[in-house]
Amino acid sequence: MEFIIITLVKTGLVAFILLTTLAYLQWVERKVIAHVQARVGPYRVGPHGLLQPLADVVKLMTKEDLIPDHVNKVFYVLAPFLAVFLALLSISVIPFGPAVEIFGIKTNLGLADINIGILLILAVSSLGVYGIALAGWASNNKYSLMGGLRSAAQMVSYELPMALAIAAPLILSNSLNLREIVDTQAGNWYGIPNWNIFTGGQIFGFFLFMIAAFAETNRIPFDLPEAENELVAGFHVEYSSMKFAGFFMAEYANMITVCSVATVLFLGGWHSPIPSQAGSGVFAALVHFAAAGMLFFHAMHAARPFDKITFPVFGVVISGIGAIFLAGAFVWPALGAAINGLFWYGAKTFILLFVFIWIRATLPRFRYDQLMRFAWLFMFPAALLNMLITAFFVALKG
Amino acid sequence: MPANFMPSAAEYFRFAPEIILTIVGTLVMILEAMTGDRDKSSLGYVSLLGLAAAMAAAVAANNDPGLAFQSMIIVDGFATFFRVLVLGVGMLTILVSTNYLSEAKANSGDFYALILFSVVGQSLMACANELIMIFIGIEISSIASYILAGYLRDDRRNNESALKYFLMGSFATAFLLYGVAWIYGLTGSTNLGEIRTVLSHGTAPTAMVGISAALMLVGLAFKVSAAPFQVWAPDVYQGSSAPISAFMSAGPKAAAFAVMVRVFYTSFDSISNQWEPVFWIMSLATMVIGNFAALQQRNIKRMLAYSSIAHAGYVMVAVTSHSAVGTAAVMFYLASYCLMNIGAFAVVTWMARDGEKFVEVDDFSGLAQKQPFVTAILTVLILSLVGVPLTGGFFGKFLVFKAAIDSHLMWLAILGLLNSAVAAYYYLRVLVVMYFREPGASTVNLPPVAGTLRVAMLVTTLGTIALGIFPGLILGFATQSSTLGK
Amino acid sequence: MSGDTFFFYAFSALALLGGLGTVLLRNAVHCALALMTSLLGVAGLYLLQGAEFLFAVQIVLYIGGIMVLFLFVIMLVNLDQASKLQQFGRQTPIALVVALAAVAAIFSMLSKSAVLLPASVSLTPLTGGNTETVANVLFTDYLLPFELVSILLLVAVVGSVMMAGKRTE
Repeated sequence: MEFIIITLVKTGLVAFILLTTLAYLQWVERKVIAHVQARVGPYRVGPHGLLQPLADVVKLMTKEDLIPDHVNKVFYVLAPFLAVFLALLSISVIPFGPAVEIFGIKTNLGLADINIGILLILAVSSLGVYGIALAGWASNNKYSLMGGLRSAAQMVSYELPMALAIAAPLILSNSLNLREIVDTQAGNWYGIPNWNIFTGGQIFGFFLFMIAAFAETNRIPFDLPEAENELVAGFHVEYSSMKFAGFFMAEYANMITVCSVATVLFLGGWHSPIPSQAGSGVFAALVHFAAAGMLFFHAMHAARPFDKITFPVFGVVISGIGAIFLAGAFVWPALGAAINGLFWYGAKTFILLFVFIWIRATLPRFRYDQLMRFAWLFMFPAALLNMLITAFFVALKG
Repeated sequence: MPANFMPSAAEYFRFAPEIILTIVGTLVMILEAMTGDRDKSSLGYVSLLGLAAAMAAAVAANNDPGLAFQSMIIVDGFATFFRVLVLGVGMLTILVSTNYLSEAKANSGDFYALILFSVVGQSLMACANELIMIFIGIEISSIASYILAGYLRDDRRNNESALKYFLMGSFATAFLLYGVAWIYGLTGSTNLGEIRTVLSHGTAPTAMVGISAALMLVGLAFKVSAAPFQVWAPDVYQGSSAPISAFMSAGPKAAAFAVMVRVFYTSFDSISNQWEPVFWIMSLATMVIGNFAALQQRNIKRMLAYSSIAHAGYVMVAVTSHSAVGTAAVMFYLASYCLMNIGAFAVVTWMARDGEKFVEVDDFSGLAQKQPFVTAILTVLILSLVGVPLTGGFFGKFLVFKAAIDSHLMWLAILGLLNSAVAAYYYLRVLVVMYFREPGASTVNLPPVAGTLRVAMLVTTLGTIALGIFPGLILGFATQSSTLGK
Repeated sequence: MSGDTFFFYAFSALALLGGLGTVLLRNAVHCALALMTSLLGVAGLYLLQGAEFLFAVQIVLYIGGIMVLFLFVIMLVNLDQASKLQQFGRQTPIALVVALAAVAAIFSMLSKSAVLLPASVSLTPLTGGNTETVANVLFTDYLLPFELVSILLLVAVVGSVMMAGKRTE
């Protein structure tokens, strides 16, 4: 019974945080791209457009939900739900932090801890293509169909190098369980964190994985399925309202998933890059205090009158969080272990997400034949070679 | 990890023919890519060498019979016999096809590689001691054959043939696999010997064992084109290129019979009272359908297809007899059948010419006057197909019916003999056309008999005669190895 | 009804209904999706028996790989007209009779030696990690077939390349 309650609580928490992150990831993306392009981005709704995601949700929910006459109704309706469902499913096996003991309850930070976690993620992500392919087909529109076809070909092609890139850290960790994979990356080697990307020699594998991840999530420069200037909007051209929002959410949820997987497999999961004797406990607190300090500084030299109020408020909130980290480091070690793990996990994932957005603002789209050639003639052999070398390395060591 | 995990040298030695063939097959594909637009006949000779080496390895492996790779394969006299047979079929096929391919401007290393891989599959079928190995062997052999059937892609008949063969063949293999799954569920093993042990206890429900045996029989009967699973054969043999028809009617069939004998004589030995009646009916039906349908045919490839169905029926008679004599008869019959059938198809290959314009029986009109050498060859082969004494075909039939009578299958033997009499009619019609008709348009511009084709014709004909006069050449070995290694 | 029993029948029904749909539906995309459902049911049965590795592989390879390619080809090729054609028109009654007879024969034979549709299914899940077990069996006892499958795949690849290659004309 206790198990069920804990699981329910954890699921509720994760769902809440995930969905909020989804909504705000969009805000972050718009802001980052705006700043890259020397604009300000969303600014009107709430301070610095912070309530923009809320407004978007309201807009999408109240829009008319069109179902065109010419579509295949069952699959047309099913497709976005399938996409969202599958996208949200894979997050359930990701471990966010170490095993912790809070209020006398021992639990792992993460929803499900299964033996074949990584295989499940691969399985679910391989199913993800159905949402898009079905949407493209069921819309009965030539642009949609082209988008669906492209996504089917692209995702099947890039799944191979992705799986092969994943295989290399699995060989290193000798496990399919994500928690165990993270545990093997604990500690450091002469100051270098014991992560797969460093001491495991998986720097190449990491980049292969990230490239494949861009293709799997249909992000620029591999967003051929929705290429606006060729296919209008690709597979979701006939969708509106919440069904459209479904695909949107699926895309961002997939981004979060692949970034989490990259963090877990290559970047040591929740392990801190700084050895604990070098003060990893207070690092998070320092970062927060620094951020708060910067906010206070900007509040004193505010460019816009509104900032005089908002910046100090945010500064106070953030220094409050910093204080919690400080408390974790010195007063309540159990809490410290938990929130430090979450901090590092979140920081790594967020940096990867930022890279996703950064690249979207930087690179143009591939041409379709280039995309496929790249997958089969570069990614696939390279990933295979990477796996082979890793296997030799492990065999020699063992 | 078990201590005896690494295979020993002896095990590799027993598996050497397949290893050699795979290496040569891959090599041929690489050479194909390297030779560019040059003449590819040399790749045929490389393949021939590979097959010869594999044959030597197969013969050598027989000196040290036994199991290999966790009982996955078994090397005994029976396996060696069929290995050598399918390797020989591969060599003859290459000899028959080199010139044909050059004329069709389709000579390429892919063709030879596919032949080699197909032979790998058949060789595996011959020595497999595991249902999984049997399945993989059958699939390797079949998939290569499907592609070979449609090798000339610009030829519509080739396409039709390949598609039909592929669809029906995959369907049949699915039955086989389903039977394998049942057997594994019932006995907990896929090893032929272990299945035999479990079944001999009699604890497994016989009805279900019967179903699984029947399912596997469906798959195997398709591969040997036994009735009622023979319908594909005429269309496929007619549509494919003549050299490929020669190959498909010999190699895969012989290997499938090897599997059939091994599976039913070893694993399903204890339920023989269940399958023997089924085999009885099937062999009779195969003979009758093959022979009577062949009577109607005007197209020589189609006629040979039906005749090959009928021959499968004779072999089934020997299988039905379920005895050591029967096994020896199966082996001898298939050897002589492969020789005479490939020989006959070699003549058809020569006659048909580029684009296969001349494949009617009537196209052979007056051949005796124009090309006595080929006529003589075809005469001998056809007499052997009929079963006239002093040919291999005669001794094959003799042994088959002797085995049937020994096993008290009197009626089957009598009906089989009557069938051979029917068969004589359509075979002899070819002879009549060759000797007693005036030459027609088809025999005006006869091409010369290319060297490789001549070798194939001579080897098959002399082999047929040799088997007819000195059957002891292989009968001794066949009788010795008719008790399967279990 | 225990959980095992319920899920066993649920997954079996999924597999069987999917199979029927694959054969009976007219629209090729629907057929492919029905086949996918069937494969999903089988994957569920694997999971029920603790074969989680097979479960994942079934989904990754069959549903996420092969079926997507099927779907890809079906969507690419316009099959609208084909779906309106009458397939196997004259043979349908004969095929139906034969199929029903075969089913009846198999069921009657099965009912002699086993209980059809047992009221409760007890599954004994495999002990130990399924992945490790599969790996051990595959790379020791079944090493030879495992390696030989690569020849099979090689032949299939060569064949498909040849079939799809450029026409000589």
